[in-house]
Amino acid sequence: MNIHEYQASGLFRAAGIPVSSGDVAVTSDEAKKIAGRLGFPVVLKAQVLTGGRGKAGGIKVVKDELELVKQFTAIKNLTIKGYAVERIFVVKVLDIRKEFYLAITVDAVKGDAVVIASSAGGVDIEETAKTEPEQIHKFYLERKTQVDMKCWAEFRKGIFKDEKMGKQVDPVLQAMVKLFFEKDCSLVEINPLVIDGQGKLIAADAKVNFDDNALFRHPDIQELRDMKYEDTDELEAKENGLSFVKLDGKVGCIVNGAGLAMATLDVIKLLGGEPANFLDVGGSSNPEKVLNALKIILRNKKTKSILINIFGGITRCDDIANGLIEARKQLKFDIPLVVRLTGTNEKEAKEILAKAGISTFPTMREGVQQAVKLAK
Amino acid sequence: MSILIDEKTKLLVQGVTGRDGSFHTKKMLEYGTKVVAGVTPGKGGQQVEGVPVFNSVKEAKTKTGANTAVIYVPAKFAKDAMLEDIAEGIDLIICITEGVPVLDMIEVKKALDKSQTRLIGPNCPGVISPGKSKVGIMPGHIHILGPIGVVSRSGTLTYEVVYNLTMQGIGQSSCVGLGGDPIIGTRFIEVLELLEKDPQTKGIVMVGEIGGEDEQRAAEFIKKNVEKPVVGFIAGKTAPKGKRMGHAGAIISSGDNTAEAKIKCLRAAGVEVVDFPDQIPALFKAKLKI
Repeated sequence: MNIHEYQASGLFRAAGIPVSSGDVAVTSDEAKKIAGRLGFPVVLKAQVLTGGRGKAGGIKVVKDELELVKQFTAIKNLTIKGYAVERIFVVKVLDIRKEFYLAITVDAVKGDAVVIASSAGGVDIEETAKTEPEQIHKFYLERKTQVDMKCWAEFRKGIFKDEKMGKQVDPVLQAMVKLFFEKDCSLVEINPLVIDGQGKLIAADAKVNFDDNALFRHPDIQELRDMKYEDTDELEAKENGLSFVKLDGKVGCIVNGAGLAMATLDVIKLLGGEPANFLDVGGSSNPEKVLNALKIILRNKKTKSILINIFGGITRCDDIANGLIEARKQLKFDIPLVVRLTGTNEKEAKEILAKAGISTFPTMREGVQQAVKLAK
Repeated sequence: MSILIDEKTKLLVQGVTGRDGSFHTKKMLEYGTKVVAGVTPGKGGQQVEGVPVFNSVKEAKTKTGANTAVIYVPAKFAKDAMLEDIAEGIDLIICITEGVPVLDMIEVKKALDKSQTRLIGPNCPGVISPGKSKVGIMPGHIHILGPIGVVSRSGTLTYEVVYNLTMQGIGQSSCVGLGGDPIIGTRFIEVLELLEKDPQTKGIVMVGEIGGEDEQRAAEFIKKNVEKPVVGFIAGKTAPKGKRMGHAGAIISSGDNTAEAKIKCLRAAGVEVVDFPDQIPALFKAKLKI
């Protein structure tokens, strides 16, 4: 789960990480009040859950009220990578002397948390990682939940060359690591971490992502979710234990397992069709899931045929079959269903479907071929 | 021969009294797996499908000599279940549970490092050595004994591959589902090494997907260390690009993790990569003359 910069900035402030003062505004009047409090010039920062907003014109420095109103409206009218701007973070302009990069995330292959630091912070950090990898420094926590400060002090000398500056970084890093482990984050990132004219260290941006799997133990974090922001279909799917992504084609599909679902999309395309969605009903079956999956898929009016591709393991084919029958009763739809069921309780499932007059295809290729044909 | 599990596997089932745990205990027993114990704290003394239930792994291991554990407990209890197995010196843990928090897995990895225990999963279908033992949730009846080892990051896509092999009369030595989570106990290379050494295995299918760089690492390993023919399938060629935040992920894996990049690496390592799972059997028929 992702949160906005202004929310992350709030978490930083609470954790004791120095951030630039500011507040979030929905209207230009609110922005004017915040700017009045902070004193001009201020920065207006579009709050969208995607990267590259600076390059898209979503970050502007304004020096008076007139300019603020003009730029506020301009940013509000932006659509950044498909996302409308609803809120704008108004912060005090910093006197930036140097930009660093500091983050903590998980290195999955090593199975460890890792601090990533660079003296080349700023918008081009990813490019730097590719062209000058020696500028990127990694410090592994060795599967501990705290930083070994002795090792870190040695490590940071290569990045924060000035010892006085380095000493300011220590508590910031410790606070980041504490936040990372306490709230089950997948990322805590400051880019850039700046040194201002007075030689003070400040987080000029704040990014925090959370592990969806761990949200159950953080109700406070769940409340930060921007509901308006989520795709309603995708959110509804998530609430029902489904994984759904809308696509542009005509062949709807319901598949169990992400790997098979991706392979099904690939095969639809290879056989001349275009998938209308990705939908993984997940493991552990429940007839209700099929009903909810069909509800979501049927909302997409572009869908011309629906392929059910189930290979039962923990998902039992008869549960899926019962769900299909129930869905047909409740939802009443004309779009043709193409069913391919194999695996756990396959025989029982075929009997249930046969009684209802639904025939099944034995292989994925045949099922996909039929669904693609019906969508044309 | 086979890898990881066989007739000598004595299995204990954690979460045996739950819906999935009890159902799959029955299925594993029907397949012929030696399920010797179940563990659900507070339900010791009960029986599930004739299998005695114990309160702890320690008790189950002492009384039954179990050497392998399979985990069906809910995600929030999975870490403790794994840590309990590691503490008791279980040889092999197969964790089926999906949705285990990432930071929990770092703790588990830490414990694994100091032990002799091997972990498969989490969020995996398990392991099967056809005709000998099945530990997990895969449908047993689609497998037949034979010469092909299968290793995969996916669950149901593995079944799809196995089903196609079996339909063409080509059996399997062992099939291993590694699991779809970022942090898993065992990765491609370790299983490829086991399959390369296993005398029953004559050919290998590797099923990968987009994300991460494990397929690229596996390709390097295959080039240097695997003599047996390897056929690959990579899912996600048409998957929409995920929404991404922050830069750390990209910096960690500065490589290209698309399906195309993986396919290219595998082909360069001599792996034959197919477009459809149903193209795999014909390739082995030609390569192994079976």
